[in-house]
Amino acid sequence: MISGILIFNQKGENLIFRSYRQDCRPRLADVFRIQVISNPAVRSPILTLGSTTFSHVKHENIYLVAVTKSNANAALIFEVLGKLVALGRSYFGKFDEEAVKDNFVCVYELLEEIIDFGYPQNTETDTLKMYITTEGVHSSGTRSIEDSSRITMQATGALSWRKPDIRYRKNEAFVDVIEDVNLLMSAGGTVLRADVSGQIIMRAYLSGMPDCKFGLNDRLLLDPASLAQGGPAVGNTAGAKATKAAAGSVTLEDCQFHQCVQLGKFQNDRIISFVPPDGEFELMRYRATENVNLPFKVHAIVNEVGRSKVEYSIAVKSNYGSKLFATNVVIRVPTPLNTAKTTERVSQGKARYEPEHNNIVWKIPRFSGQSEFVLSAEASLSAMTTQKAWSRPPLSLAFSLLMFTSSGLLVRYLKVFEKGNYGSVKWVRYMTRAGSYEIRF
Amino acid sequence: MAASGGDAKLFARGKVAELRQELLSSSKKDKNHTAKKIALKKIVANMTMANNDMIALFPDVVAQMHIQSLEIKKMCFLYLVNYARMKPDIAMKALPVLKTDVGDTNPLIRALALRTMGYVHVREYVEACLSLLRNLLRDPDPYVRKTAAFCVAKLYDHDKALIEASDLIDKLNSMLKDENPTVVSSALAALLDIWERSENIKLTIDYSSASKIVQILPDCSEWGQTYILEALMSYVPGDTAEALLLAERITPRLSHSNSSVVLTCTRVVLYLMNYIADEVQISSLCRKLSPPLVTLLAKGPEIQYLALRNALLILQRRPEVLRNDIRVFFCKYNDPIYVKVTKLELIFMLATERNIREVLTELREYATEIDVHFVRKSVRAIGKLAIKIEPAARDCIDSLLELVATKVSYIVQEATVVIKNIFRKYPNRYESIISILCQNLDSLDEPEAKAAMIWVIGEYADRIENSDELLDDFLYSFADEPVEVQLALLTATVKLFIQRPTKGQELVPKVLKWATEETDNPDLRDRGYMYWRMLSTDPELAKKIVMGNKPAISAESEKLDPATLEEMCLNVGTLATVYLKPVQQVFRNARARKLADSPALQKHTLPTVVAMEQHKHLPSILNGAGPSPSVQGESEATNRQNLSAAVDAADAYFQSLDTNMAGMAINGDDGFGGSPTTAQAGETQYVVNQNNPQQIYQPQVGSGANGDLLLL
Repeated sequence: MISGILIFNQKGENLIFRSYRQDCRPRLADVFRIQVISNPAVRSPILTLGSTTFSHVKHENIYLVAVTKSNANAALIFEVLGKLVALGRSYFGKFDEEAVKDNFVCVYELLEEIIDFGYPQNTETDTLKMYITTEGVHSSGTRSIEDSSRITMQATGALSWRKPDIRYRKNEAFVDVIEDVNLLMSAGGTVLRADVSGQIIMRAYLSGMPDCKFGLNDRLLLDPASLAQGGPAVGNTAGAKATKAAAGSVTLEDCQFHQCVQLGKFQNDRIISFVPPDGEFELMRYRATENVNLPFKVHAIVNEVGRSKVEYSIAVKSNYGSKLFATNVVIRVPTPLNTAKTTERVSQGKARYEPEHNNIVWKIPRFSGQSEFVLSAEASLSAMTTQKAWSRPPLSLAFSLLMFTSSGLLVRYLKVFEKGNYGSVKWVRYMTRAGSYEIRF
Repeated sequence: MAASGGDAKLFARGKVAELRQELLSSSKKDKNHTAKKIALKKIVANMTMANNDMIALFPDVVAQMHIQSLEIKKMCFLYLVNYARMKPDIAMKALPVLKTDVGDTNPLIRALALRTMGYVHVREYVEACLSLLRNLLRDPDPYVRKTAAFCVAKLYDHDKALIEASDLIDKLNSMLKDENPTVVSSALAALLDIWERSENIKLTIDYSSASKIVQILPDCSEWGQTYILEALMSYVPGDTAEALLLAERITPRLSHSNSSVVLTCTRVVLYLMNYIADEVQISSLCRKLSPPLVTLLAKGPEIQYLALRNALLILQRRPEVLRNDIRVFFCKYNDPIYVKVTKLELIFMLATERNIREVLTELREYATEIDVHFVRKSVRAIGKLAIKIEPAARDCIDSLLELVATKVSYIVQEATVVIKNIFRKYPNRYESIISILCQNLDSLDEPEAKAAMIWVIGEYADRIENSDELLDDFLYSFADEPVEVQLALLTATVKLFIQRPTKGQELVPKVLKWATEETDNPDLRDRGYMYWRMLSTDPELAKKIVMGNKPAISAESEKLDPATLEEMCLNVGTLATVYLKPVQQVFRNARARKLADSPALQKHTLPTVVAMEQHKHLPSILNGAGPSPSVQGESEATNRQNLSAAVDAADAYFQSLDTNMAGMAINGDDGFGGSPTTAQAGETQYVVNQNNPQQIYQPQVGSGANGDLLLL
């Protein structure tokens, strides 16, 4: 397992060096600095030198490195590095060089707690915050035994993500359905790839130990015929059919759930059932590849006129209800590396040439449904001694669009059961964003 | 900490004397020991900066340990763990404090002290731990128990013999019955850790234990789940129904959001499949493995990379798992290069006659990207697809020609190399391309591309009008070329002479003279002499040998060998899958995993067994594997006769030669199933040279100091 966790800044200064085994010697920091940070040829996140393997991720301006000495579980290594980043962000707001330096003792404390002898232990933020704090108020050693026992139970219990005594005056739950739509369209306008990766973020402010049941317009659940074993536990068949007719249903290619979701229950009868952590967490991720609604259609005409000029005509059409509008639409139109200057005209928004990215960036702050805007531009090229063909990287879009899901996914219900039998208010929001939305030309 | 954050200013090099003064200064007013804390923070910072002067403060730091402040304790302990090895005698002085803390009523303190003691590699500490553990393994608090479980593994790391002589491992075993799932998973992880490091410890899990630990899976943390799943690899199913049941019971884990749970679960399911007889059940399990693997592609690039490397592996063992849309593996423009290259390999492996058009469009797109390495790989992939999918050869060649037309030097060179292979695979077809290749001779400056082009000229010397002039041009710089090119030139010249004696008669003596008299390279000289003797003894036979049919090449040769494949499948999700090399080749200390035999083991489906069966029937397979049986049925049969005649002749010839030639017969490791290709000893070696660099996956395991394991 993991022999040590190291953190470096971009200059290669060692900010954190925590070894869990004797074989993680201090000189390994120098090895990593020389072999990875100052070696531009390294392009893999995993590097094995002799008997030592360095697995690293880059986050903001720091390198997080795990040192291992054997054939360790690589997925676990990267997951735990990811967890460390998440913890850092939750503790310090962000996790970059400044945050690490400002809180290095706390980072050491966290590393002591979340990994023992190279094996990840409890990494739940809520539990850790019960006894590792940036304020140091609780670490004074005067904590009562009962308190400590409660913490240890929490850290080793089956519900390690939730404290038992949470109370809210107003019980609320917010559900955000956020979809990243990925598109790859060929120059000819055929969709090479379109899929949706969605996540459902929940912010639960619920008292006690609430048992939640969460329902989507999942085709497997709504269409009993396709459910292999066990009938759907909610509603009768007719009811389910009616809903399906009304809302349509979505085929989820695959789902992945937060630790709190009872996976066995989902596999058997597709019911998402869980006791949520307190506050914000990612309940699930899903993937959909069928019937993806593309919010924008792009028609791009790009002509290279001789060796001195490129002409662009880009039309973007929105493909959603006229009452909806997308915000922060940014269209990046690549220009050749030897572009000298550009001229652009747009029917909406603003376009600007960004020489540092070799892009014409066209921004439309608000893009209402069922409308079409056009950019016409021209890039004049400077002469080059070596003529190399322009690689024509794809044109890309960024946007966010509220109250729209590309997959057609809808939340059907969120039920909360608790001993206290309190009423609760639930809110649902939908948003579709551009994942990698690329159009070749 | 006194104040949140703001410690960056403490992160600076300090002097021992000053820090000691700060640490030891005590003022009555400072009840919270603020000054001490700051001093300790500075010491910790200097420790991180590998400022080894800090070791001088050891006694002073130990003196602070008794202070009842958790924050101070933690920093002192960190210091102790770091420096104890270097000053064991001073470290000893801290032992009483730790022993007291282990007896503390607060479970967090007990666990902290125990954890710290376990880290210290000093004999007295190990012994102290050993005696304390007997109680702590039965501590009323589960948090202490799980810490104690890991502590056993720590002690084993310090002193194997001591632990093996004690009863701790048995005690650890009995913890598997603990009521707390975290304790159970921790005990399992500790046992596995011990197992990994000792060949004389066996770990066997019977069905009822396996069943029990699967039961507690949902109650464990994501890490605990991973440990339990890893432990399941030590369960050997004795019965195919048990294997199936267990596999079914763990599949819900595939929907976990933590990729280590998903990939470890995939590993166990793949493992259990070896013991499941029912084909229907196997394909049902395969279908379950597929979506989670693809979903991992939505994670961070590092996890994506890992998922893709494992997909490459699983694809070879259980092709059904990746029967889905090839398009999920198409590259995004912003993918990191290591992800792109692996996706490219997967696309190559998943390409079939059905999706070839789509694939070619995609690959052509990649071939115009910026990254030179990636572009080269894409071009190679197109060429290899021509060899892999015969009906698509024409389309692939058209794509290559389109790319050659870009005149970008490295694209042209890469295309030249693969086109040569296409000629090897489909002799005497597509000759129209030769003229296009000849137009780009000037842009060839890499040895491999040059050698490829020279091979083409030699092979088709009778059909290229000015082949002698072209060769002569290359020969101009003969003395300066690398051996690879020199060998190619030598062979090509001989071929020219055999096919067009009048055109070649001036060149051959010149080249043979260079090769035999003016070179220091033994291979070149030997080959030169060989040609010389052949040509002077029996020109007709020489023609048969030099121009004889070459063994067929295929794109299959880059699959993993069966034994490696079998081993890798037991290591899904581990670092070794990134390299796709036998585990112990990369990780010398790793303990090897083997498929354990049992009545339920479906031996006939194992890659090694399948390969052995095929090997038995090798002769018939070789005969059936000729190129395009439908087109040239009859001529092929005669060709084969010619080949075997040539082989016989050459065998006879080589037997009569000195022993130093025998060495050449051994290089049968070229993916041709050990066929007797020694007939063209020169040729064989040439083929090996050319095939090796274009292995489409398999990163080169670092040899040498740098050991860069990245795909080149």
